[in-house]
Amino acid sequence: MTKSLNGVGMDQDSPGKLKQEANWIRLSAMTMTHNAQLGHTGGDLSSADILAVLYFGGVLRVDPSQPNWPQRDRFVLSKGHCSGAFYSALAARGFFPPAQLKTHMEPLSMLNGHPDRNKLPGVEANTGPLGHGLPIAVGAALAARMRKESWRVFVLTGDGELQEGSNWEAAMTAQHYGLDNLTVIVDRNRIQQGDFTENTIRMEPLAARWSAFGFAVDEVDGHDSAGLLDRFSHLPIQPGKPSCIIANTVKGKGFSLAENQPAWHHGVPDDEQLAAAAVELGVEVGW
Amino acid sequence: MSATEVLQSGAGCTSQQLFDCRDAYIRVLEEMAADDPRVCAVANDSVSSAKLKGFRAKFPDRFVNVGIAEQNMVGVGAGLANGGMIPYVCAAACFLTARAMEQVKVDLAYSKSNVKLCGMSPGMAYGQLGSTHHSIEDLAWTRVLPDLAVVVPADPLETAAAMRYSRLHEGPMYLRISRMPVPRVHGDGYEFKLGKAVLLRQGSDVTLMATGVLVSRALQAAFALAARGISARVLNVSTIKPLDEEAILDAARATRGIVTAEEAFARGGLGGAVAELLVQKHPVPMRILGVPDSFPPTGSAEFLMEHLGLSAAGIENAALDLLKDKR
Ligand SMILES: Cc1ncc(C[n+]2csc(CCOP(=O)(O)OP(=O)(O)O)c2C)c(N)n1
Ligand SMILES: [Mg+2]
Repeated sequence: MTKSLNGVGMDQDSPGKLKQEANWIRLSAMTMTHNAQLGHTGGDLSSADILAVLYFGGVLRVDPSQPNWPQRDRFVLSKGHCSGAFYSALAARGFFPPAQLKTHMEPLSMLNGHPDRNKLPGVEANTGPLGHGLPIAVGAALAARMRKESWRVFVLTGDGELQEGSNWEAAMTAQHYGLDNLTVIVDRNRIQQGDFTENTIRMEPLAARWSAFGFAVDEVDGHDSAGLLDRFSHLPIQPGKPSCIIANTVKGKGFSLAENQPAWHHGVPDDEQLAAAAVELGVEVGW
Repeated sequence: MSATEVLQSGAGCTSQQLFDCRDAYIRVLEEMAADDPRVCAVANDSVSSAKLKGFRAKFPDRFVNVGIAEQNMVGVGAGLANGGMIPYVCAAACFLTARAMEQVKVDLAYSKSNVKLCGMSPGMAYGQLGSTHHSIEDLAWTRVLPDLAVVVPADPLETAAAMRYSRLHEGPMYLRISRMPVPRVHGDGYEFKLGKAVLLRQGSDVTLMATGVLVSRALQAAFALAARGISARVLNVSTIKPLDEEAILDAARATRGIVTAEEAFARGGLGGAVAELLVQKHPVPMRILGVPDSFPPTGSAEFLMEHLGLSAAGIENAALDLLKDKR
């Protein structure tokens, strides 16, 4: 399952196919984490369906054969610690050979623990410190507008990540300039590094906060491929406003042992757990 | 004796065993909190990496988790100090400094607030997580600020002693608390004095000045140099600011040159501080070991330290090079 549909305006994979692609991203990310003995399993797994729909549902207009095509849609992974899922999605989409995933975090590898846009095609921003993605995405959306171009900007943030004030500064900029070419997707898995978000710093009422900051907001099931596809295919939510999609997810989704377990934020699967995950996910890594 | 043999021999160090300095930091922080009701802690979600779970359990009403919000956490620290508490603001060094630098400058240094910053896992301890997670700029950023003391303990004994000292010191401090395994380089009963470098080994040919995890490596290098008939003095410069000018000038006068070594960018840190002093008061040949002027490649902490020559062999070679230069 590493085929890539190169080119713009790629076919839109069916929801069933998207689910399979997401599960491949999951197992690939877990394998990378297993190999490196380092990584962020929980957030890789919660974001896999979102990434699959963006990259294989015909949502992102990107061209792996010309990663710097000026008219491409920009996708910024603000929760840069989930590089395992992100790199897997990029490889599956054809930005680089999946075999390169074997080098994740190895000495002198291009696949750093957090994405580096000068090392890998398809990466728009060097993230890792939380709260950097949205300001960069806002700047990119402003650039598209200044240049009178039609490409769009998507940014995926964590939910704990939204405790960083920079997000809300950027949100104010986005609403002031009415950036309806900008979509924020929040991976609302309700867990951050140390605990559940609501036990750490309450994030609710999250949708109301985004609305109050001038975004058009919608909530979706972040594991329902069809629902995500439908939502991402009808943007902006409201003309003249930036969009915020709160994707309700389960941290660790797809590997039962890890589901909704704060300890699996950066849990590393051992041999047995990886084998169990492969069975549960019903896919083969193949690289 | 090969560089590896020297390394394994634990030459000059006071223990064979290796330690994570965070254990000493948290032991003392909890002891101080038990004795002094003004001691409190501020965390940013990363409660485990800052080893604060026990503190939170023992002193729940003197523990604040602000969430993932480092600018906020340093400002909150300043407010706690204003209210008469002694806050220990503990977070990964990379985010604590880089993200909150203006708060560190204005709310702490400029305001002379009595806040202790504990920068956890500094340097390249986060190895393959990459440059976003390395804290190798922090020495340059912090040491330029007036009134902010900057301390880089070399071993668990010094970590504990510096932590104890910090509670009694009135004013802001940045303590760089390493997780990289290090042997002991001090003896029991070691007392920390802010602004005093520690002479770990007498020597007359060259001086090795190191800080943090490089101190044990400098001792090992001195041991290897001795085998070649070269007498190397070793200074542990654990206080980067205020700098021990006297000890550095002494070494410059008594030996033929100085090698500095730090787990930080080679520009702006310990080497820069020593050079600024010596070039004005007593110029001598120097070699400055640190991370060169480019972001390090991907790799584990151990790999990167070797790759960048931040090892006993790297220090030894720099000393040989320096002595060769100066006829
Ligand atoms: C500025 C900053 N502070 C702290 C961290 C350490 N950190 C890495 S991941 C993480 C938790 C992120 O939680 P969330 O945003 O909810 O991500 P997810 O659940 O999707 O993994 C933290 C605190 C960081 N990367 N950046
Ligand atoms: Mg989360």
